[in-house]
Amino acid sequence: MAQMKFMCDAERCIECNGCVTACKNANDVEWGIQRRRVVTLNDGEADEMSISVACMHCDDAPCMAVCPTDCFYKTDDGIVLHDKDLCIGCGYCLYACPFGAPQFPQQDAFGERGKMDKCTFCAGGPAESKEEEYEKYGSNRIAEGKLPLCAEMCSTKALLAGDAQDVADIFRQRVVHRGHKDGGWSNNPQASADNLAYDAAHKG
Amino acid sequence: MNLLTAQAPGGVPRSGKGLALGIWRFMLVALALVLSLGFTQLAVAQADPNREMTTAAPGITADQWRQVRSGETGPNYRDSRYASDYNLINSSGETWRQIRNRWVSPFGLIAVFGMAGLIALFYFIVGRKYLDEPRTERKLLRWTLVKRALHWTVASLFIVLALTGMTLLFGKFVFRPLFGDGVWAWMIAATKVLHNYLGPIFGVLLVILLVSLIKENLPKKHDLVWFKKGGGMIGKQHVDAGFANGGEKAWYWLLATVGILVIASGFVLDFPNFDQGRDTMQWANIIHAVGALGLTAVSLGHIYIGTLGTEGALEGMTTGYVDETWAKEHHNLWYEEVKDQTLSEEEVAARKSGGDSSAPSATRTS
Repeated sequence: MAQMKFMCDAERCIECNGCVTACKNANDVEWGIQRRRVVTLNDGEADEMSISVACMHCDDAPCMAVCPTDCFYKTDDGIVLHDKDLCIGCGYCLYACPFGAPQFPQQDAFGERGKMDKCTFCAGGPAESKEEEYEKYGSNRIAEGKLPLCAEMCSTKALLAGDAQDVADIFRQRVVHRGHKDGGWSNNPQASADNLAYDAAHKG
Repeated sequence: MNLLTAQAPGGVPRSGKGLALGIWRFMLVALALVLSLGFTQLAVAQADPNREMTTAAPGITADQWRQVRSGETGPNYRDSRYASDYNLINSSGETWRQIRNRWVSPFGLIAVFGMAGLIALFYFIVGRKYLDEPRTERKLLRWTLVKRALHWTVASLFIVLALTGMTLLFGKFVFRPLFGDGVWAWMIAATKVLHNYLGPIFGVLLVILLVSLIKENLPKKHDLVWFKKGGGMIGKQHVDAGFANGGEKAWYWLLATVGILVIASGFVLDFPNFDQGRDTMQWANIIHAVGALGLTAVSLGHIYIGTLGTEGALEGMTTGYVDETWAKEHHNLWYEEVKDQTLSEEEVAARKSGGDSSAPSATRTS
């Protein structure tokens, strides 16, 4: 079975926010909620870098581990989904999530946050009918054999979505092709992508 | 438009020669395409790293990554999300998860059920503490109606909050498999609503109760002796005690410290509309859970001693009056102060039928 993953190639991301817009449009996301965000580090400086972030569909998902109602589940494709009928809006998933993915429609007294909403990898969620699924979770493109719209519409193909192996292969190819030490963009000598870039650069 | 219509008739009466030419032409184009693909492939393989380098965004340094992880956001940090004050990486989330799931959950369960087990063991080995002397049937007012009402309201709320709180922490392991999703969804939603709405009421009432009882619970020297002798819980001995004995004072001050912490952290969690951040709520949650589970464990001891464990104790909190013998044995110093205020059962009944709670409270002593 596939292990669906997102990856944002920051070397390519131009902070156009197309992914954010695509996501809002594809999933008809509630007002005030933005399932995907673009974070820019050192904006306007020479080393400016942008990354598009949403739910990363973790292998060992912290949200799943802390949810008091156990409303999360993992599909066979490794996509982390949640059941809004079980969600009580306690906010624990937000405390635990490394990426700030879970969001709530309200921010009221008595912890009344409403049902949690997050990226579904465009895989919908549990519902009786298609209409209900769309209403609650947005579109289910995976069921139609399509990838998430954010990645599909990314103008520079910075945002990659798909099986982890495919995504890794594409990125590896890019890094080797770039052939220089910044090709893996993380600049972390321990990251394998950077080793790849170094190797490529030194072999000429 | 013109061009299109003009070409169409020309294409129809095509001769055999024209068709062969067409095939040739097609094959040439295909060849050119294949060749050009080969060239581009060649061009791809020959990308110049130095040229690539000039247009590449420089990598982010280890220092910058450390900054991102530590949650520092410089002046040039941008987040496209509406009203987002979140960092790129929430590294304290994993710490919170580990503390909650690996420490608070299992040890909280051990504390509460361990305490229940210990009490059961104590009950089977030592048994109930009976009055040594027969009752004199003369009664002393111990708890006024107002304080009893306050106590039982706080006590009921405490039990509801403890049960709902534990359902929030452990319920998914028990009730979801037991009842199925339909019931569980309804149950956990009700649990959260009860916990979140009764919590503040409990908080306010507990503070009122604590304030109203502070005079009786100020620590005295004889309390130390009480603790040294284990409160006389085992055997026939009785230790000096005023209106409140050492154990009651310990419970009082536990509630006045840990209880207040639990209430305060509960308010932080309950009202997320004051812009407190994720990190604040993580810590509030840990303080709340540890404190509340500890209090729940200790409360079992309080409940045992007040009901099953001690003969004559519960009637003080239900009727308001205790027997003279009970007062003499358990709260001798208090008894010395109020022994001239004993009432016969008829007098107690007369006072109660008067229905006026202010009358007995006039004789409140301590």
